[in-house]
Amino acid sequence: MALVEIRDVYKSFQRDSQRIDVFTGLTLDIEAGSFTALMGPSGSGKSTLLNLIAGLDKPTRGLVSVGGKHVSEMTSGQLAAWRARNIGFVFQSFNLLPVLTAYQNVELPLLLTKLSGKDRSERVKIALDVVGLADRADHYPRQLSGGQEQRTAIARAIVADPTVMLLDEPTGQLDAKSSQEVLTLLQRLNNEFKKTIVIVTHDAHAAERAKMTLHLEKGDLIEKRSAVAGAAR
Amino acid sequence: MKYLRLVVANLGRHKLRTILTILSVALALFLFASLRSVTTTLAATAQFGGARRLVTLNATGLVFPLPLAYGNRIKAMPHVTGLSWANWFGGKYGDGKRFFANFAVDAESYLAIYPEIVMPEDQKQAFLKDRTGAIIGRRLLTQFGWKLGQNVTLQGTIFPGDWTFTIDGVYTPTDPAIGDDVLIFHHDYFDERIGRAGIAGWYIAEIDDPSRAPAIAKSIDDMFRNSSSPTKTGTEREFQASFATMWGNVSFLMSTIGLAVVFAILLVTANAMMMSARERTGEIAVLKTVGFSDRLLFALVMVEAGALALTGAVLGLGGAKLLYPAINFNGAGFLPGFTVTTSTVILGVLVAVGLMLASGLVPALRAARLPVVQALRHVE
Repeated sequence: MALVEIRDVYKSFQRDSQRIDVFTGLTLDIEAGSFTALMGPSGSGKSTLLNLIAGLDKPTRGLVSVGGKHVSEMTSGQLAAWRARNIGFVFQSFNLLPVLTAYQNVELPLLLTKLSGKDRSERVKIALDVVGLADRADHYPRQLSGGQEQRTAIARAIVADPTVMLLDEPTGQLDAKSSQEVLTLLQRLNNEFKKTIVIVTHDAHAAERAKMTLHLEKGDLIEKRSAVAGAAR
Repeated sequence: MKYLRLVVANLGRHKLRTILTILSVALALFLFASLRSVTTTLAATAQFGGARRLVTLNATGLVFPLPLAYGNRIKAMPHVTGLSWANWFGGKYGDGKRFFANFAVDAESYLAIYPEIVMPEDQKQAFLKDRTGAIIGRRLLTQFGWKLGQNVTLQGTIFPGDWTFTIDGVYTPTDPAIGDDVLIFHHDYFDERIGRAGIAGWYIAEIDDPSRAPAIAKSIDDMFRNSSSPTKTGTEREFQASFATMWGNVSFLMSTIGLAVVFAILLVTANAMMMSARERTGEIAVLKTVGFSDRLLFALVMVEAGALALTGAVLGLGGAKLLYPAINFNGAGFLPGFTVTTSTVILGVLVAVGLMLASGLVPALRAARLPVVQALRHVE
């Protein structure tokens, strides 16, 4: 059974009097331990798919399941608790809280657990160490470079050891060098720590780092390409 | 407690704004406490005096004296157990900027009728034996740095000349409404100096049965109805209440205008607090993505609003509670026993809680109900 199951999902938005159909019966699977890149032109539904998997949005119809849990059927309160345990989300614009240090930003998801202060501290240090920012723990976001901010955001996403990491254009605001560092880090997380990673990107070079690339267009899955097996339609 | 750091960090986001917001709340509540204390002090003054004491004035007005001969006739009336008389003097000390009440009394009978005026027996005896002596409330002693036995000179404003008194006693009133900033001296000396013996400003009659007060008052007034100086008699409480009524309009003005100012400050403060929360829409969306529940975010925003409002309340209400006794404030003598009462403090805390709800509820509900996807789209 796949870790993420999208079954016959419909999603439409109402913009003024116009209804916009993003998905009309989308079905796809994402395996545990995979590194999947979602590609496609703007408006193809990549970010919407990420939001559906994270439980930030609900499908108009159909089923979204992560680790056997039917995300699309949970209440708001259930979703918040579920997200804290199972989802690590990374944004294009980092979205660190400017009033908190790197350490405190990374600690945020752990505040929602029952871990003691000591245990939280240990896990935050490990997460910062994994992303190579152990020496920047006391820095505020404004004191970090873009690449460092994004790596802090990744540390925040992995610190609670989530079931799946979702990254929405994580290299979109980074220079080439920082992008490579972030992508190398993601590969390492996937290879060494067996993290399931789904990344939305426009960048073909970024997608090349993934093991699987899914191409969406107008809400349809038009191509599924495995890095190992080559293209498969 | 683990979320406290988040609340503190958010409050420290714009330190100047947070400080100004807290100071606004503090100022508003300080004003609230001060204005309400004027009203409560006046109300307490109006309650002063037992119904056992009747005050007889010239019916024409307080400034017109009564013949001293009235005293014996009042004293001889049934149910009257004691009598004293007094005269407003209106002297000023030094540059006169620090006003205090001073009047001449028939000392022995006055102290007998007012057991609330408490002082050591030896000081009382010294005063009774000293024709040019005076007793003062404890506040005057500290306010002017006077000492027992010292001579002080008042300049008469109604009765001209320099009037020198020896401070023979310092009293502490058991009822704050009686005032601890009054100078009392002998009526005999007053009569002698003005060269017009035989007048009294007002009489104070002690009666044996408060329930008979209206009937006795009527009898007194009836007795002098056709004389050259008709009288107006009432209980001391009514007498004090009439002074309070003179303040009534001022009190009303202070209450309404003052509270309007307080309310305006609170509105501005509430708006600043709401703005602060609105600015963080994106961050709230990020916290929801991380897993913060609607309920938790609601609580965090409310705690922030509460921290601002209650810190302001502690500064404003605590400041008022401590400041006025420390500076011996008495409204230039017009508000003896000025006190910020516990009920005022409690009411102030309730205002602060109201402010917390008014300023915190809307942004807290907004944070809780924020649709994450739309908010993130805005941020991204």
